[in-house]
Amino acid sequence: MNPAVANPPVATPFFFYLLAAVMIIGGTLVITRKNAVHSAIALITTLLAQAGLYLMLYAPFVAGVQIILYAGGIMVLFLFVIMLISIERSLKERQFNKQWLIGIVAAAALGALFIGVYTTTTKGRVLFPEGRVSYVESQNTQQIAALLFDQHLGTYMFAFEIASLLLLVAIIGAVVMAKKRI
Amino acid sequence: MLDISTLHYLVLGAALFLLGVIGVLTRRNVVIVLMSIELILNAVNLNLVAFSRYWQGIHGPSALHGQVFAIFVITDAAAEAAVGLGILIAFFRNKETVNVDEVHLLKW
Repeated sequence: MNPAVANPPVATPFFFYLLAAVMIIGGTLVITRKNAVHSAIALITTLLAQAGLYLMLYAPFVAGVQIILYAGGIMVLFLFVIMLISIERSLKERQFNKQWLIGIVAAAALGALFIGVYTTTTKGRVLFPEGRVSYVESQNTQQIAALLFDQHLGTYMFAFEIASLLLLVAIIGAVVMAKKRI
Repeated sequence: MLDISTLHYLVLGAALFLLGVIGVLTRRNVVIVLMSIELILNAVNLNLVAFSRYWQGIHGPSALHGQVFAIFVITDAAAEAAVGLGILIAFFRNKETVNVDEVHLLKW
């Protein structure tokens, strides 16, 4: 079943829990910091830790896209906008809105739902799998490209083209929104 | 030592999703609300890649549909961030504030 475990990963639990702790702490800082720049830095840390988790899941292409596009592109866009709008005034104001208690109760209900789903057992087994199999990642990028572009295998070719159209619409929309006079 | 299973990744994804939901529901600063939405999208991505890993264990190493979906989600996140921040700039130009409470043009 798994022919390619010549080099099994080293200390997987340690690195998983390390990266998971970085992600949880970073996410908590994102939603609690007063200064939006600090939140952005915490979010970048979270995204980089998540790229590490992608590598542990043998998804090097997605990890690269995560670093280049998220940490490199989207977060720079966020930082630019934070610098365009003045943050001095919002630093002095209330940071949480009036419905914060209801919001936390709703999130807790959602969390209870998650716990319920993940602990549900059918015939003595949990719904979601507990074990996994190891494969080497040498062909990962080529196989993703085959799914996206290949004439016969390319299941997602149409969706890929639609995604490019979506990006075009987003570019035009962003320019229209941000420009003072068109 | 206990091996890390798909369920571990799912629980981490659920925790990140909850953090994002709390951020969206409680913060007033629009920039931080948008960042919380990014947190939610990333939680979903983590789940997708973990499921892709599990699916590979069943259907062979070329069954990468979850990773392709994660790439599409990243594309959507980029489009959403660009348009959202454009709207935010337009809003800030008109109202001189970044609080969601003061976005009530369509309220009566």
